[in-house]
Amino acid sequence: MTRRRIEPLVWLMFSGGGVLAAVLLPVLAVLFALALPLGWVSRPEHGHLVSLFGNPLTQLVLTGAFVLLLVHSAHRFRYTLYDGLQVKLKRTVAVLCYGAAALGALAAVVVVWSVG
Amino acid sequence: MTEVRVYRRPVPTWWWVRKRSYFVFVMRELSSLFVAWLVVYLLMFLWAVGRGASVYGDFLNWASTPWVVLLNVVALLFLALHVVTWFNLTPQAMVVKLGSRPVPAALVIASQYAGLLVVSAIVLWLVVR
Repeated sequence: MTRRRIEPLVWLMFSGGGVLAAVLLPVLAVLFALALPLGWVSRPEHGHLVSLFGNPLTQLVLTGAFVLLLVHSAHRFRYTLYDGLQVKLKRTVAVLCYGAAALGALAAVVVVWSVG
Repeated sequence: MTEVRVYRRPVPTWWWVRKRSYFVFVMRELSSLFVAWLVVYLLMFLWAVGRGASVYGDFLNWASTPWVVLLNVVALLFLALHVVTWFNLTPQAMVVKLGSRPVPAALVIASQYAGLLVVSAIVLWLVVR
């Protein structure tokens, strides 16, 4: 019964994370993974980034976004292994995927709130 | 009681490489790995920002090395596949109504791209100005 009650919640978080991965993640990835390191845009001052990422509102948004993105990723990868790559170790796959997401979520909370 | 044993024909591991639509499906699902990588990358970025200007500078140097750039470009290609497929699926997953009329699928898809643009503009404005 517990499993059934948790399942809709996971799907809800999967959808929320999917929307964020489509709407928010692209600009973050292009900006911070390519544009800033490769100098496509003028690099903002370090102090500006500290005050931006140290702002509690930014931290709240980023924490929520990272947690949802990780649940989205774990849930989808679980079914990729099960249906796509035919890994039929149902329980092991679920524990590993959600376990990794939980660790990632913990790391996200620690890192996001350490700035500033 | 005798146990009923059902024969299940085993599905080969590589069932999805034979047909284009199956292949795209598995690639779309594999975008999940790259979403996770990008979250990890962004966390490393934030961590470096929080440790001071010189650590942040070192991080940017590391992030501009060829292998990291290559990984991030590949990750962005998978993310693009996610964006397109996710937006296309939305009108099938939910019926959006305006009053009593259902909103046409093309409009639902277009409004999501508009959302992507607005969010991107806000983030760019916050970070680079």
